[in-house]
Amino acid sequence: MTWTPIGSLSDIPPRGARCVATPQGKIAVFRTADDQVYAIDDHCPHKGGPLSQGIVHGAAVTCPLHNWVISLETGKALGADEGAVTTLPVKVEGDRLFIALEALVSKAA
Amino acid sequence: MSEKLVIIGNGMAPGRMLEHLLEAAPDRYVVTIFNAEPRVNYDRIMLSPVLSGEKAFEEIVIHGDGWYIKHGITLYKGHRIVAIDREAKTVTSDHGVTESYDRLVIATGSVPFIIPVPGKDLPGVLSYRDLDDVNAMLLAAQSRAKAIVIGGGLLGLEAAAGLKERGMDVTVLHVMPTLMERQLDPAAGYLLQKAVEARGIKVMTKANTKAIVGNGKVEGVELMDGTIIPATLVVMAVGIRPNSALAKDAGLEVNRGIVVDDRMWTSDPAIMALGECAEVGGHVYGLVAPLYEMARVAAAGLADGEDRRFVHSDTPTKLKVTGIDLYSLGDFADGEDREEIILRDASAGIYKRVVLQDNRIIGTVLFGETADGAWFNDLKKKATDISEMRDTLIFGQAFQGGASSDPLAAVAALADDAEICGCNGICKGKITGAITSKGLTGLDDVRAHTKASASCGSCTGLVEQLLKLTLGEAYNPAAVQPMCGCTTLGHDDVRRLIKAKGLKTIPAVMQELEWKTSCGCAKCRPALNYYLVCDWPDQYADDYQSRFINERVHANIQKDGTYSVVPRMWGGVTSAGELRAIADVVDKFEIPMVKVTGGQRIDMLGIRKEDLPAVWTDLGKAGFVSGHAYAKGLRTVKTCVGSDWCRFGTQDSTGLGIRIEKFMWGSWTPAKVKMAVSGCPRNCAEATCKDVGVVCVDSGYEIHFAGAAGLDIRGTEVLGLVKTEDEALEVIVALVQMYREQARYLERIYKWAKRIGTAEIKKQILDDTEKRRAYFERFVFSQKFAQVDPWSERVSGKDKHEFRPMASVGFAEAAE
Ligand code: SRM
Ligand SMILES: Cc1cc2nc3c(=O)[nH]c(=O)nc-3n(C[C@H](O)[C@H](O)[C@H](O)COP(=O)(O)OP(=O)(O)OC[C@H]3O[C@@H](n4cnc5c(N)ncnc54)[C@H](O)[C@@H]3O)c2cc1C
Ligand code: SF4
Ligand code: FES
Repeated sequence: MTWTPIGSLSDIPPRGARCVATPQGKIAVFRTADDQVYAIDDHCPHKGGPLSQGIVHGAAVTCPLHNWVISLETGKALGADEGAVTTLPVKVEGDRLFIALEALVSKAA
Repeated sequence: MSEKLVIIGNGMAPGRMLEHLLEAAPDRYVVTIFNAEPRVNYDRIMLSPVLSGEKAFEEIVIHGDGWYIKHGITLYKGHRIVAIDREAKTVTSDHGVTESYDRLVIATGSVPFIIPVPGKDLPGVLSYRDLDDVNAMLLAAQSRAKAIVIGGGLLGLEAAAGLKERGMDVTVLHVMPTLMERQLDPAAGYLLQKAVEARGIKVMTKANTKAIVGNGKVEGVELMDGTIIPATLVVMAVGIRPNSALAKDAGLEVNRGIVVDDRMWTSDPAIMALGECAEVGGHVYGLVAPLYEMARVAAAGLADGEDRRFVHSDTPTKLKVTGIDLYSLGDFADGEDREEIILRDASAGIYKRVVLQDNRIIGTVLFGETADGAWFNDLKKKATDISEMRDTLIFGQAFQGGASSDPLAAVAALADDAEICGCNGICKGKITGAITSKGLTGLDDVRAHTKASASCGSCTGLVEQLLKLTLGEAYNPAAVQPMCGCTTLGHDDVRRLIKAKGLKTIPAVMQELEWKTSCGCAKCRPALNYYLVCDWPDQYADDYQSRFINERVHANIQKDGTYSVVPRMWGGVTSAGELRAIADVVDKFEIPMVKVTGGQRIDMLGIRKEDLPAVWTDLGKAGFVSGHAYAKGLRTVKTCVGSDWCRFGTQDSTGLGIRIEKFMWGSWTPAKVKMAVSGCPRNCAEATCKDVGVVCVDSGYEIHFAGAAGLDIRGTEVLGLVKTEDEALEVIVALVQMYREQARYLERIYKWAKRIGTAEIKKQILDDTEKRRAYFERFVFSQKFAQVDPWSERVSGKDKHEFRPMASVGFAEAAE
């Protein structure tokens, strides 16, 4: 696994998200209230809504377009909805954040 | 070919008949209805709550216009049938419409009895029968003057209570020594009088009206003994007479009412009659329960279905005055062969009396505590021999077999065929059956599926207990909808507790109010954030992560993740300079779509998020600020050209619109707020479907509110007329502040107003100048913190991180 540096924890507001641009589209990187960090494809399984723009609560995000709730841990839609987004491994070293993009690349390949 | 069914009258009886008929034989008839009242079918019983302000007319409509369209029924509103030609089989209305029938149903209801005294025709003398009467009373009540209700029966007392609620000084004149003497014995009548007087209504019994006096309009009522009681409104509620004149003219057999057999057919085999106008087995009726049974019988007959026959039964009487519990049933006159059991509790104001004949109940009067009414009714109906429980009978059902006084146990003990809803004849088994088989969870469900509690509502408590019994823990009787899954508290409780406990941050709210989740959800957080912004404008720091994306980046997200930008154009007025600046921005950022919105301004759509700050920089230079097209806040104030240009304009509507918008922009509200100002009643700015609207007239500014034109369509209500622009602004600002402080998050003004009542809003905003001023000042204070253009803030660097990715990685890097 290759760890790509993307910045520091303080770049992301608690209960917020930032994007990382890749040739494969945007990755959304979330920080929860208790400083857990998750990275997922910024593309809602429903109609492609930008999940990074949603409201973060617990380890989940509510999509801004039609309110699907997506688990940040599994990428799966919670509740009655069905669907999932790709999740990517994240590493926190001190304040520094790294993600592993293989999952994306293999999807691209 | 379908046969033609014509119905005269569109009251509660034929309305119910049609429901049964459409179920049994949906395509059998082509139906045409003529109704003298210019409206759809509504729940006449509930006029009293409309009068008192507890309900709005829309809430008591039974069949809205859509229902008639859906079922292909032609309804002639405001057409009174003036002739029936039985030879030709046609009816003719007062507007000259003639319609032929194969079958005709007469359901003309009753006419209020007017005592033939001098002055009975003076303006200001009303009866109490339909919505027009209620509206006339409401108009009269605005003067807050004196009203007299003649008649101390059910209708009279409901009218008196309603008028009192509306602020009038009310006297009830009753000719008999005690109130409601036909339904109550003297002891209960006395208790009732005390309860009525305790609400500030004067009651005069043995008061015989001699004349209504007045010069050109009502000025008072003169009694037989010469006393004159002053009043500007007189409501006569002394009784009703079956409305049978039309049938009589047509040569049908008429006695007290239109005579029908036990299958509702009149003396003409093509004509039925039902409702209060019909007389069956020598009885005429004035309560809906038997009329609903007539409806069932008539529908079965018209559908050629089961051979259903009408059987007489007594209907309990209940008074629908909040806070007065009264129940009466059957016969309770004294008699040699009769015995009675009485229970009195003076301190609690309770009186119960059961009248027996041969150890069977024949009548019951309950005052102060009526929960056992259904049980007594059941015993009476089944003619149960009560000798074994005689000693405890009067204590009610809970006392039988065990000393449990738990009301739930009492309901549990009711037999499955015990009647719960008298109006609709719905028994216990039918309700519990529907709850289980259809998975019902609340009162509204039960109403929709069984009709129980859907008419006069006095069995609501029993139905709720049945829900509790059947669903156990799963039923939440408080019926407060929790804000979301994170709490059991409803919005109102949360708002109250935020103030009461002085909670000033979201974590504080969640801690103190025992939130079930650690950091809430997408439903409760934006609501809490708003409540805190509203309640502590100077102390609370907006929680940006609890805002929906649009309010976080101050633009509207689009389906493809791009954004739209709508700058303010104050009052819809723009200039060459502004338009040029917009044109330049559109060119520079290659904005794919420019559109004029429905709110008199310009929308630029399809802007990339990264470009937003640069777009705002350019717009800001031209003087534009955010239009808050995304906000639960003030959106647009639409205006028309008004007196500056228009030949009809009475005031400067454009100027007032701009003034309001400049005063109020930036303020956060529970849901979006849209306004408009029209320069005259032609209303070109469409002010009468807005959250708040102003219609200028010669004498000033008519302030409207609670309109809607989105998911629901509703004309506004008039708050009042003010003389100056300054007053108009103060009233509008105070109204919006009241709404800000009270409404639930995402509740538009019209929903909030419906919930708390127009009367209350008028009282606080128009009548109570001190309150109004206080609301106004609280709004002005909160604006100090809210009136900051969010675009220029972001141009100067706020929330920079929102508008650019934290990193960009290329494939080479990623694949390494
Ligand atoms: C742009 C505009 C349509 C247009 O091209 O004309 C528009 C566009 C949207 N409307 Fe609207 N409404 C627009 C005038 C209206 C009007 C007419 C009016 O204001 O005179 C109404 C009916 C009046 C009313 O508000 O009730 C209207 C009733 C709605 C509703 C239903 C609200 C309701 O409670 O019934 C929604 C949904 C909501 O707010 O939850 C809505 C929601 C929306 C949203 C915000 C949908 C969304 O959540 O993304 C649309 C945003 C598009 C965008 O990015 O600009 N829009 N919308 C109009 C902007 C007016 C402005 O200048 O601010
Ligand atoms: C204020 C009030 C409170 C009440 N409270 C209760 C209560 O708590 N419980 C209870 O059981 N009952 C109550 N009632 C009584 C109940 O409302 C009536 O029994 C019931 O509405 C009668 O129904 P109906 O269909 O016979 O007549 P209505 O509902 O009176 O309808 C008759 C309709 O026919 C129309 N009409 C008359 N003549 C013509 C014509 N020639 N051509 C065309 N149309 C015509 C009339 O305009 C009217 O709309 C109350 C009534 C009032 C007024
Ligand atoms: S009506 Fe309003 S919400 Fe619906 S598509 Fe049009 S702009 Fe969008
Ligand atoms: S696109 Fe995310 S919920 Fe519809």
